[in-house]
Amino acid sequence: MPSRNTVRLIVNGKPCELHEGAGAGCFSHSDSLAYTLRETLGLTGTKLSCGQGACGACTVIMDRKAVLSCLILTVECDGREITTIEGLRNPETGELDPLQQAFIDHRAFQCGYCTPGIIMTSRALLDANPHPNEEEIKEALSGNFCRCVSHYHVLEAVRSVAEEGA
Amino acid sequence: MGRDYRYIGKPAKRRDGGQIVTGSAPFLDDLRFPNLLYGKVLRSPHAHARILSVDKSGAEALPGVRAVVTWEDIPDWRGGTPRNVRVLDKKVRYVGDAAALVAAESDAIAEEALRRIKVEYEVLPAVFDIDAALEPGAPLLYEDLPNNILPGGTPIYGPKCLKGLVRGDMEQAFAEADVICEGSAGFENIPNALPPEPPGAVAVWEPPDRATVYGTSQAPYMDKVSLYHVFNRELDIRCIGHHVGGSFGTKIMCWQVQTYAVILARATGRPVKVMFSKEEHMTSFTLRVGSRVQAKIGLKKDGTITGIQGMWLVDSGYYSFTTQCQVAVGLAELELFAQCPHWDLKTSVVVTNRNASGATRGFGGQELNSSFIPVLSLGMEKAGLDPLEVIKKNFVKPGGGYFWRNGEWYDYRGIDFTKTMDRGAERFGWKEKWKGWLRPTTVDGRRRRGIGVGIHGNADIGEDTAEAYIQLGYQASATIFLCAAEHGTGQKSNYPKLAAEVLGIPPERIAMTPADTLVTPFEFGPVGSRGTYAIGSAVIRAAEDAREKLLEIAAPRLGAPAGDLDTADGMIFVKNRPDKKVRWSVLGNDRTILGYGRFEQDFTMCNCFLSFVELEIDTETGKSEIVKIVNATDIGRIIDPPGLQGQLNACWGSAGIDGALMEETILDPDTGNILNANLVDYPWRPFPEIPDVENVILETPFPSHRFHAIGIAEITNAPGPAAVLMAASNAIGRWLFQYPVTPDRILKALED
Repeated sequence: MPSRNTVRLIVNGKPCELHEGAGAGCFSHSDSLAYTLRETLGLTGTKLSCGQGACGACTVIMDRKAVLSCLILTVECDGREITTIEGLRNPETGELDPLQQAFIDHRAFQCGYCTPGIIMTSRALLDANPHPNEEEIKEALSGNFCRCVSHYHVLEAVRSVAEEGA
Repeated sequence: MGRDYRYIGKPAKRRDGGQIVTGSAPFLDDLRFPNLLYGKVLRSPHAHARILSVDKSGAEALPGVRAVVTWEDIPDWRGGTPRNVRVLDKKVRYVGDAAALVAAESDAIAEEALRRIKVEYEVLPAVFDIDAALEPGAPLLYEDLPNNILPGGTPIYGPKCLKGLVRGDMEQAFAEADVICEGSAGFENIPNALPPEPPGAVAVWEPPDRATVYGTSQAPYMDKVSLYHVFNRELDIRCIGHHVGGSFGTKIMCWQVQTYAVILARATGRPVKVMFSKEEHMTSFTLRVGSRVQAKIGLKKDGTITGIQGMWLVDSGYYSFTTQCQVAVGLAELELFAQCPHWDLKTSVVVTNRNASGATRGFGGQELNSSFIPVLSLGMEKAGLDPLEVIKKNFVKPGGGYFWRNGEWYDYRGIDFTKTMDRGAERFGWKEKWKGWLRPTTVDGRRRRGIGVGIHGNADIGEDTAEAYIQLGYQASATIFLCAAEHGTGQKSNYPKLAAEVLGIPPERIAMTPADTLVTPFEFGPVGSRGTYAIGSAVIRAAEDAREKLLEIAAPRLGAPAGDLDTADGMIFVKNRPDKKVRWSVLGNDRTILGYGRFEQDFTMCNCFLSFVELEIDTETGKSEIVKIVNATDIGRIIDPPGLQGQLNACWGSAGIDGALMEETILDPDTGNILNANLVDYPWRPFPEIPDVENVILETPFPSHRFHAIGIAEITNAPGPAAVLMAASNAIGRWLFQYPVTPDRILKALED
């Protein structure tokens, strides 16, 4: 990989420039995207659980695709557009994304730790496929670990938004 | 069905829903502390070894390292039951045991520092299972613990704590029996409840002897109590709880990680965070106990169990803090299921060179039941008995009773669960599907289906003390002071509903304090399904107390005695004279009304949960799949319908039914390494494979608190494993006595 000492990202619609180094607002070549989001940019809505790309808790959307931010190095993200759970609200009105509202209405969480990852995965699915069938929803979420067993309520919530065609 | 309530039983949004779906719900690792250091643990590569020396110089010389701590640097602080395990010791007892602690300016520096600590070990022989540990002349984990057996009983359950069930006359029991069965079965696969958030702690030190601990535990007040004792009553600890990213009973005790954070904060004078990685979570945070039962059971032709004799061996790993508690509760729970007069069931808690066991939902009873029912099945087969009939015959009913965990006898004053059992069986189609023991329900070429049923009950719904305050606000609002951290059950949204019913104001006008031991009264923690009856009762009584004080203050203003007054929607009025009224603001803004509620433990009632399971087994590949699960329970009164559904659906997650189908912690028998301590190798069920689950929920009013409800969540995992083993045995026509029913075990059973 070419050595790079500046990374320019768009995070939740806002441009963001990080320089290599140690200190506030800097990145190191070993920083994962999850680390940068949480520790450097203070976006702690993205959760860390397994740190090995197995559980989906750290899922964010990068250039319209759901990705595991614990497996991606920040240095690889130059020029990328990233949306985290904090960026789903309508920036002007502050209104929740219909999926976020559906998760509240359908009680699609219990402890809530895996919820941001599940919502981001579902958002990427609906952006690519606004009317997925049951199997497609399950398949999209197959990498998201939920231990409280909110799966049934999650499917209801995602389905409700898919049916509304948001 | 009792009266209608304004808020109870109505679906309402979770109070923290907006925070959860926007990622702003604060979990421990999301909190920010100025001047924070990062703590890490150097872990032993050996299962059993003496530490001969530790060279810290390389680590200490690394820029950014602020402290390196070994057993030589701290007082003789100990945990465990008995108190025999040092926080840091000169011996390590499992692969992953703590040899040193480091605090540094960053995670990366702390990690590098660990690599620069040189430990010289003298490796000792190790014991990895019950058999090896009990062998004569086996290596001892603790020099003062002969035979690797821990003393039974625990001081917190009192001097009569159950260590076994010995009463009646076994000769008579077996003489009265029509059939006698004998056998051995175990639940030794250690399925990990595995909450997504790993355990962790941040400690903030305040010289000379105080620390504030921010934790991942759902029971901050008990953290305060246990840490006080671990630190030999030398330190004053304040504990603060937050959102907990799942617990399933495991995070009721996070004492080790909390202790590490406090030690490092004390050593550096700065706040220190220690968050376990997922690997540490799975190798070094407490696991489920291992359980093995050897039993002889007498049964009558009508299904009555006449007597139970045997030995229950419990593998606690390298130490116990709660295992003796789990033994006591497990035995008591077996009595709920098997109401028989003759007992000779003894127990032994064994230590082995693997990571320690600790609290997990099911808490001894799930492990004992899962081991006991396969043996009982042999007797049911002999007597030609349908297991559902045996369950109905023997489960506790009005007129029954039991010795609970503290060794005291309790006359049962709960409900008869026969209707629950019948309704569950009906929904499942039990009668149509039951073809007899070791007989499949259907055979379709290589695919064979079988059914099984499990049951579990727990009188811990009324365990331990709970306390709450409620402060009234003069503008018709209230604040609940309660040491409860939300860990997923939604109870922090339910307590305001209970208080709202009593105070006649909407739940939205009722706030809750953070779970902070400096602010709230004592609360034991949401375990054993005690949240609804025990904690709920304290909240209700605090609300009633506050309401009485409010009415007394209003009485002179209304010219009527307080007993003639009522309150609703922020108005206080004379009963039957609603025109004679004043607002709560009669309180004035310069007065505080504080109600106090206390619940004393009550073991006279239990909950009950059944899981009916239909499995399909491919006899060529050995793979088992769930066809259907029907759960049945009666919880008196539903408080939060969607929350309840979520907790019941969880019957297969967090090491419930899947703990019998696929989940296990695999220990290398040569080295003691856990081979699957990550979420890639540890099996878990993904979305496309979720099974069909139906929940039958009855509401027979309980004599609990004024809303007649009890809790259930802790045990929704518990009956499933035994039901799975039964279903698998019936499907393939061969007895299975080991968990989980992996394809290799199925194929091997089919070959034999």
